[in-house]
Amino acid sequence: METPFVNTTAATYLFIGVTISFSLYALAKVYHWFKKRHQQQRLLVDKINQLLPQTQCGQCGYEGCRPYARAISKGEQVNQCPPGGIETIVKLTTLLNDQVKTLNPAHGEFEVFKVAVIREDECIGCTKCIKACPVDAILGGPKLMHTVIAAECTGCDLCVDPCPVDCIDMIPALANITPGWCLPDDLNSLHNSLWRKS
Amino acid sequence: MNFLARLLSSQHSTAVHKTTGGITPAHFKEHSLRSQIMPTPLPEELWLSLKQRDGKMLESLVSVGDRVLKNQLIATPTTAYGAPIHAPTSGQIKEITAKHVVNSFAERQLHIVIAVDGQDKFEPLQPMTQYQSLSASQLIEKLHDQGVGGLAGTDFPTPGKLNLTMQSQTQLLIINACECEPFITADEALVREKAEQIVLGAEILQQASNAEKCIVAIANEMSDAIQALKLALANSVIELVLIPTKYPAGGERQIVQAVTGKEVPSGGLPSDINVLIQNVDTAYAAYRAIVIGQPCISRITTLAGTPLKTPKNFEVLFGTPIPFLLELCGNDVLTHESTIVGGSLMGVTLFDDNVAISRATNCVIAASLKWFPDLPAELACIRCGDCADVCPAKLLPQQLYAFSRSQDSENLEDQNLSDCIECGACSYVCPSNIPLVQYFRASKATELAQVQQSQLSEHWQERYQYRQYRLKKDKEESKNRKARLTKDRSTKTDSADFSRSKAKADIAAAVSRVKKRKTESALRKTQEAQDVTGKSQT
Repeated sequence: METPFVNTTAATYLFIGVTISFSLYALAKVYHWFKKRHQQQRLLVDKINQLLPQTQCGQCGYEGCRPYARAISKGEQVNQCPPGGIETIVKLTTLLNDQVKTLNPAHGEFEVFKVAVIREDECIGCTKCIKACPVDAILGGPKLMHTVIAAECTGCDLCVDPCPVDCIDMIPALANITPGWCLPDDLNSLHNSLWRKS
Repeated sequence: MNFLARLLSSQHSTAVHKTTGGITPAHFKEHSLRSQIMPTPLPEELWLSLKQRDGKMLESLVSVGDRVLKNQLIATPTTAYGAPIHAPTSGQIKEITAKHVVNSFAERQLHIVIAVDGQDKFEPLQPMTQYQSLSASQLIEKLHDQGVGGLAGTDFPTPGKLNLTMQSQTQLLIINACECEPFITADEALVREKAEQIVLGAEILQQASNAEKCIVAIANEMSDAIQALKLALANSVIELVLIPTKYPAGGERQIVQAVTGKEVPSGGLPSDINVLIQNVDTAYAAYRAIVIGQPCISRITTLAGTPLKTPKNFEVLFGTPIPFLLELCGNDVLTHESTIVGGSLMGVTLFDDNVAISRATNCVIAASLKWFPDLPAELACIRCGDCADVCPAKLLPQQLYAFSRSQDSENLEDQNLSDCIECGACSYVCPSNIPLVQYFRASKATELAQVQQSQLSEHWQERYQYRQYRLKKDKEESKNRKARLTKDRSTKTDSADFSRSKAKADIAAAVSRVKKRKTESALRKTQEAQDVTGKSQT
């Protein structure tokens, strides 16, 4: 019998080596692909999160703005954010190449920006609102009066329901955003209705 | 004759460079210039705003019910953008409440309300006679303590501006007396009457800013004021520059261009090209603060308009209510339509007249339909380009107008909307009656609101993330604590058993001890009883 031209043992080792290296390479590729996809996903979530109003009110059905952004990146509807209003929807649809929709009324309606104010005489110091506040804007201790730091309040409404004595009011906060000049069309109507004394 | 010759010779005048754009509207200045500056009688109340330029609040040093004296410090600034407030007259703090302010529409800010007692009792002044020997930083500190600044209209405190220029080497200090807007004559009247004091104030400012050269720039049509200044400057190194009268020649950027020929870079400040600008009002206030020791509690304000019987310039205490001033000038309520604060081109029509004079209020116009008729209907833009010719900032108002209408913020930024100084020259010349400046102001305001909103939401996001992190940490900590407790309990069981048996023994020992003691005491008692009975029997 003639000795085979190829050394079988060496060939086997070579084969095994090549297979292992290929599979490692493939694994690395797959890992890289997943990592890249994950990064892209994260970037997209960040971008979406930037466009959301960050009130953390949870009216969209998610815990906060970032969780909702994550859900949108996975295909959730963009019209579930009442504080953002139509502006946010337009921005989101341009980012995602989607069609503009109106706000889904099931999640609430657009309102002017409000802040929570605690009627301090009536507060019993139960700390329930403190636990509910998503941005830690309420100050106080057990059995001591609580108060809302107006500059930090997002107007999310989440502290109103837990209050056992209903001492929290939502009050429109115009002073937070500088009221400026309005366009002439709006101004003329104001001018006619208010400015003229006669 | 020598004196006259010196007056006539133009030794003080320097070459003036050409500025971009500008218009020459009717002045309407002569009415309020007929009489001298007069102090007003004391009003019943003074309303002093606690708002600083950066939107933050000054810290009030008084509470409701306190009595204050004239010149007493009643509020201190919390950041570099505020100036301290001194009580303009004596009285009692009536309340600290929200009131309307001039500069923003429908906005309310906290005001200290002083009920004036009419006695005008004052704290003694602290004049500084040897101010020439003071260093720049000492002078700046003194000016800050006396609350000088914000008189030019931007509400920017002078010491802050001086500190800004301390960092860069200031070459030129310009004292701005080019009051170019129709109706306003406050600066002209001040220069006419207080030229010498202004020159002294300019020298103080030059000393405080370490500027190499100082110039007083004045509009060339203010003949009385120019003569007074020439007399006052006769023995001074300060130069006088006559600026051709046009609107807006008195703007910060325009005056720098006219005097130096250089342009302030877009988005920059005059300090970027080593120039410092101060108003004549500020120079006068600096003189009073240092030489007399008088804190800044009043300013010169023009009252003008046809409904007023005697339009004139007043030395008004800060916080004087505008209705009080209008009444003082004999306001004709029948023809008085609305009140404008500021000049006719850049001024703000008041939503509510119950507003107080602030540092920046240089003019109050009682507007009638005669001079301020209803706006004619806005027509379509015909692209004539007149607005671009008169724009002092070299912008293209018709482009800005189109983008402003479509609220296209990207293109507005491309066209440098932020460089618009809102002078209103474009609206003035527009043949189609388009209120262009109104569009630009609105666009600027929405842009500002957007920036503020995005800053706010960024802040909220940070707080939300921090809360999530905190909750996670708390949860982990409580889990760790629980684990530690159970671990402790399990390690303790052996020793606990041991101690329990020991405790049992202890308890048993104690019980036996007690029993023993009880039996002993019982024995003793019976013995004693027996003894007693024995004794009694005996």
